[in-house]
Parts: sequence; C-alpha cells; structure tokens
Amino acid sequence: MLKSRITGHALALVATILLGGFLSATLVRLAPGFDAEEQELDPHLSAESVQALRATRQQDHNVWRFYFSYMNRAAHGDFGTSLALAQPVRTLLRDRAPLTLRLLALGLGLAWVAALSFALTAAWLRISAYDALTTMVSGTFLCIPAAVLALFSVLWNVPGSLAIALIVFPHIYRYARNLLAKSYSLPHIITARAKGLGEARILFWHVVPAVAPQLLAVAGVSVSMAVGAAIPVEALCGLPGVGQLAWQAAMARDLPLLVNITILVTLVTLLANSGADVIGLMVRGQKS
Amino acid sequence: MNLWRKLACVALAVVVCASLGANWLAPAGYEKQYREATDAPPSHAHWLGTDELGRDRLARVLYGTRISLLLAPAAALLSTLMAAFVGGLAGYLGGIWARLAMAVTDLCLSLPWLFLLITARAFLPLNVSPLISVLVTFLLLGLLGWSTAARVLCASAASLRSADFVRQARAAGVSGLRLFWIHVMPNLKPVLYAQFWISIPVFILSEANLGILGLGVAEPMPSWGSLLRELEGLVSVREEPWKFVPLVLLVVVVMSFQLLLSRQQEVPA
Repeated sequence: MLKSRITGHALALVATILLGGFLSATLVRLAPGFDAEEQELDPHLSAESVQALRATRQQDHNVWRFYFSYMNRAAHGDFGTSLALAQPVRTLLRDRAPLTLRLLALGLGLAWVAALSFALTAAWLRISAYDALTTMVSGTFLCIPAAVLALFSVLWNVPGSLAIALIVFPHIYRYARNLLAKSYSLPHIITARAKGLGEARILFWHVVPAVAPQLLAVAGVSVSMAVGAAIPVEALCGLPGVGQLAWQAAMARDLPLLVNITILVTLVTLLANSGADVIGLMVRGQKS
Repeated sequence: MNLWRKLACVALAVVVCASLGANWLAPAGYEKQYREATDAPPSHAHWLGTDELGRDRLARVLYGTRISLLLAPAAALLSTLMAAFVGGLAGYLGGIWARLAMAVTDLCLSLPWLFLLITARAFLPLNVSPLISVLVTFLLLGLLGWSTAARVLCASAASLRSADFVRQARAAGVSGLRLFWIHVMPNLKPVLYAQFWISIPVFILSEANLGILGLGVAEPMPSWGSLLRELEGLVSVREEPWKFVPLVLLVVVVMSFQLLLSRQQEVPA
C-alpha cells in the first residue's frame, strides 16, 4: 500500500515535470522575439555570417527537438531568460526564493499554532459561546479576499507573514475544529473523561493518534494555500519574493518566466502533499 | 431554518434586488464622469461619493455587484458541469478511467489556485475590451475550478455504480451511456446542487483577488475586484470609510453563502 502510494506520487511528479517542461518549451518557442537575434543587426557581419547564425538556430524550430534541449538545460538548472527582466530565471528564483520561504514558514507556523490553539480550547472548554465566537472570527476571515488582507497588512504596517497566517488560519481552524469535536465525542474518549483521565493524557494518547492522519493531509493542503496567498501578499506589500515575481511576470506577459515559476511552485506543493500523504499512511500503519 | 440562515437569505435577497435595480437606483450609469467632483465624499448627489475619475461610486458598486453576482453563478455552473462530466463519468466507469481522472484531479487540486489563474489569465491579451475581460475572467474561473467538485462527484458516482437499481437496469439491458444519463445522473443532482452553491462564493473571492491584482475585469466595467482596488491607495481606515462599502457587501454576500451552506461544509477533512 505504502509502496504503491509512493510510486504513484513519484509518477505524478515525473508527469508534472515532463508536461510542465513541454508547456514551458512550447511557450518559449512561441514567445515573441524567439527568432530574433541581436547579433544579426551587427553591420560588421557578412551575409554568410548571418546565414551561419540562422543555421545554428534552425534546429530550435522543431518543437520536439527544442523540448529535449530545453529539458536538458533545465536538468542542469538553466530555465532560460526572463523576457521582461532580461535576467536568467535561475538567478531571479535564487535571489527571491529565500524571502518567500521565510514568509511561508512563518505564516504557516503562525496559522497552525493559532488554529490548533483555538480548536483545542474550543474542544476542551465546550462553551458554546466561545465556540461560536471563534467560528465567527475564522468565518469572517474566510469571507475576506486574500488580497484585501494583504492590503490591510500594508495599511496597518503588519508583517506579510501575519497576512499569510490570517489567510490560511480559517481553513485549518475549520477542519481542526471539526476533527477534534468529532474525536472528543468518540465513545472511548467520553469513557476516559468520565473515568477522570487528565486532559493532557486524553489529548496525547487518544485524540492525537485519531486525528493525526487527517491533520497531516490538511498540512499538505495548507502549503498550497500559503503558496497561493504569497502572490497577493508579496505583490501588494512590495516584498521581493517569488510571488511578486510571478505577478510581475503575469502583468508583463513574461510567459516563460511565469510558466517556469508555476511548474516549480507546483512541484513544491506536490512534494508537500505527497510527503503529508506518505507520513499519514505511515502513521495509520503504525496505529493498525 | 435557524435565525442566521433567515438573515443570510434576507441579506442575499436585498443585495440581489439592489443590483438588479441598478438601472433605476443609478440611472446615470457606472461610466458617467462628474469632472467637477472627483474623489468627492458622500453627498446628496452621490451617496457614496465619487472615485478619482469622478464616477458615482454607488452606481459602480451596484453595477459591479450585478456583474459579480450574475457571472459567479455562471462560472459555478460551468465548473459543476465539467465536474459532472469528468468526475461523474469517471466514477461511473470506474477502473483505469477513475484512477486516471482522479490522478488529474489530484494534480489540479495540488496546484496553487491563484498561480494557476494568473498564469491562465496572462496567456490572454491584457488589453482586451471590458466585456471580453469580464467573460474571460469568469470563464477561466469556471474552467479551472472543477477539480474539487469532480472528486466528490466521482466518489458519489462510484457508490451508485454498484447500487441495486443500477444493477437491475443493467440486467434489463440498458446500455452504458443511457444508464449513466437516465439512472446515475439524476441521483447525482443533490451533490451537483451542493457543489454549484459551494463554488459561487469561491469564485466571487477569486475574482476579487484577481481584480485587486489588476488581472481581472478591465476598466471602465466595474466588478467587486476592480472596486476593491481603490483600497490600495488608502492611508487610514477612518479617513474614507465609504470606500469600504464594496468590501462590506462582498463579505456580507460571501458570509451569507457560507451560512446557507454551512451544513454541507461541516465535513471533516
């Protein structure tokens, strides 16, 4: 079961890389200015030299041949050059990725701590007013567009990571609350409570093992959400990360850059989801 | 129906009626410029003031609400139909088809939604006419938002495949496609309705996000997304609170949908 699931995830990753690579190669091939070479404008070059230059590029006209050479270059870390920024995509990503990763790590950490704290206290206290209040607060955040939360973070001078946390928090909270409420109503947990078992022991011995696989699945999905939230947060807060780069590429219709970013981001989120799924399976396997 | 759901129904009804009555409530239209009163505060002539181009904000809010509230359900309908086709058929056929469809669905689900949207939007020219931009934005939302619903529908159709009435129909000689349309699809209707209603607030929020990022509906056509762009230049919340009206309306509408759908959404992960 575990082996077949890992194989499935690996296949999905390979398929994404191959399909994404094909899409990138096709877009780069079709992008305006693909055939143009600045050297051709050099008046010192003879007609033969210009012809020779054109002949060297002739092989790139075949999409499939271009695809294989593109994939070969991508395997060596060369993702081409941004049309709008005239810089190698690799350099742009290398410069901007650390900020985005820091933002995502902080935002996700904050969102998970807040969501689990509120969900646990709601499950422990079992006060309907508290439950209603936290549900209402998280529900309100769920109804506000991510970009508006990013704008508010600029307005109130709040760090971008907090904006990401506020965007992701309600989604995690809703699932965590439902899961915990369901777990705490299981017969063996009610019996444990009735027998006077401590709350901490109930939580770590009975509740956590029951909800861990589902929470791990949500962890994988929350990475996707946070990555998606990085675009408005970075774009509107002026943070020079990968999200802002994607937005700039979209505005400038820099398709090669945008597609490369999307493929890389997809791989990251696929890895996160696959990792969460495999760990969840392992936890389930240990339980049974 | 509890009190909150009744309130949600009333709020939705009021907003929908106001947006449908935009022609009477704001007869001058959303494009007309009052150049002597640009970026004006609320007054008798302009209840919500004017924007920086001197256009009546109330008119723009009403027409923008109409566009968002008409086209989000249209996009939801498109995505639900796609989900019914992909998920329903895959679940009904089972085997390799179901595995293949679910692999594609999983791949789509793991893609960050906004990345996918801005990539797809960037494929299209950014300088298209306002009407085309509205249609393109919502069409994209509809075309890309089918994966969650497809997963649910696949599971529902798979459970119907081995139902007694389907087996009986098959034994009576009903052919594959007819069996799907006549016996399976009608039983998927409740799931389809639920997925349709769940998709509407998701698409409203997505359009708002795209609009604020400048990749949504083109000027001068208003939508909630393009109206919310005004908040970008805001220095303080207290300074011009009337600029928050589109946001308040959006939150009220999305919250009303969430309240009405809360029973369906309380499904654990």
